[in-house]
Amino acid sequence: MSVIALSPKKIKKTKIWLISALLVLLLAVVAYTFLYLKHDATMTDVGNRLASPSWEHPMGTDHLGRDVLTRLLLGFRLTVGYSLIALAAAVIIGVPFGLLAGLRGGWLDRVFMRIADGFLAFPDTVIAIVLSGLLGPGIGNLLFAIVLVKWVNYARMVRSTVLTEVQKDYITIARINGLSTFTIMRRHLLPHIIGNVLVLASLDFGKIILLISSLSYIGLGAQPPTPEWGAMLNESRPYFQANPEMMVYPGLAIVVVVLVANVLGDYLRDKFDVKKEVQP
Amino acid sequence: MTVIEINNLKKSYHPGKLAVNDVSLSIAKGESLGLVGESGCGKSTLARCLLGVEKVDGGSIIYNERSLANASRKALRDYRRNVQTVFQNPTAALNPKLKIKDSLLDPFLQFQDELQLEHFHFSSKQAFVEQLLETVELPKELGDRYPHELSGGQKQRVTIARAISIEPKLIVLDEPTASLDVLSQGAILELLASLQETLGMSYLFISHDLAAVHQLCQRIAVMKDGEILDVFQRDNIYDNSRHDYTKELISIF
Repeated sequence: MSVIALSPKKIKKTKIWLISALLVLLLAVVAYTFLYLKHDATMTDVGNRLASPSWEHPMGTDHLGRDVLTRLLLGFRLTVGYSLIALAAAVIIGVPFGLLAGLRGGWLDRVFMRIADGFLAFPDTVIAIVLSGLLGPGIGNLLFAIVLVKWVNYARMVRSTVLTEVQKDYITIARINGLSTFTIMRRHLLPHIIGNVLVLASLDFGKIILLISSLSYIGLGAQPPTPEWGAMLNESRPYFQANPEMMVYPGLAIVVVVLVANVLGDYLRDKFDVKKEVQP
Repeated sequence: MTVIEINNLKKSYHPGKLAVNDVSLSIAKGESLGLVGESGCGKSTLARCLLGVEKVDGGSIIYNERSLANASRKALRDYRRNVQTVFQNPTAALNPKLKIKDSLLDPFLQFQDELQLEHFHFSSKQAFVEQLLETVELPKELGDRYPHELSGGQKQRVTIARAISIEPKLIVLDEPTASLDVLSQGAILELLASLQETLGMSYLFISHDLAAVHQLCQRIAVMKDGEILDVFQRDNIYDNSRHDYTKELISIF
């Protein structure tokens, strides 16, 4: 499943180049925001509001005279950082839970599955909105809500992998050979899980960025003057007709990062599928 | 010398219905014992009990003059080191995500500190894997492949190589040729026979194929509905004193 219709070999090559180039670019951006920023992202200059691009402000200024490029770069760090935190928390909670539920079974598994069913009955966005609405607006609460929604996916996926694999003869043989449960997990089950988790995580990475941005857009996530992309979109709404570029910049930034995450997910899926290598 | 002794073994999955009913068998050092019976007669259950995968409901398995039921951890580990297995379906018996060499090394890595190999020699992982592959007549490049790149016969040779890698005293062969074509079946049987000669192991060869059992085993046991009906030397297979069920099996082949 690739965006570009080329021969599989070419797609693979293109993908690797595309991903490497974009990752390097993104890392450079992050490094830059830590090393050197000309402007303060929250310093207002009402006398110079909605300015056109200039050497001083390459992307112009927003409705409060803040430098858009600076806000965009800092927003990248925030958005990506937040979604990485949420993702890591979801994986760290979800994977052990799934392993445990799959290997132990019994009441633990049943209780867990009912909770998971409950979460899966509603779309992610709806639950996230309800939870962060209940807890009150703010990025911390939003992240908590996202983790609460997302860990279920990982736990379920790991559990189902464990359940199918544990029945196979090679696990029985590993047991006959006296391998401990931990060694079986590490040596035999982890290779099955790690690929799936990475693929799901890289796809979720894009989704979480979207979720943070969209909830910030409706005012439940990051609060102004935080330079978060969704919040920036929200703030630029009233100026859409006169200064559409204020919306275009953060919007484009979201699109690019989500796209990179998806291509990365695609690539990782191919990479961990050992059977794919046989194909020409 | 007896390697393993099974006394009055009982196992049931459903209350009141015994999958293995009062089975007693013993296997001598270097001997192949064939276990024949139709599907569902309890052969594989017996094998699983012997391999310690299933809990036994009654009777005992004696190894090294000790019953496995109340064996210490150390004794159990010693048992596992000396009993290996080859299953029917080689595709399921190899982890599809591991390279052949990693699957091959699994038992060795588990027991390497306690092993004293006589036939094989461990200098490096690579050399050991190549030696094992050579022993089962496979090209040594296969170590770096994944299981799906091998044929069924090749995969079964790999699982055999894994089983012999730690030079066990007994290998439980649970229908090792059943999922292979006729030519590979013959080749695997020949390989098993020659390995037994080189390594001096005992086999418990479980099969519904009386011809295969007759080819490989010196002694044959016939099982039906969880019970052993008949045990005899290979040469006595056509004796008049054979059980009626045995005669029936012979007449089919």
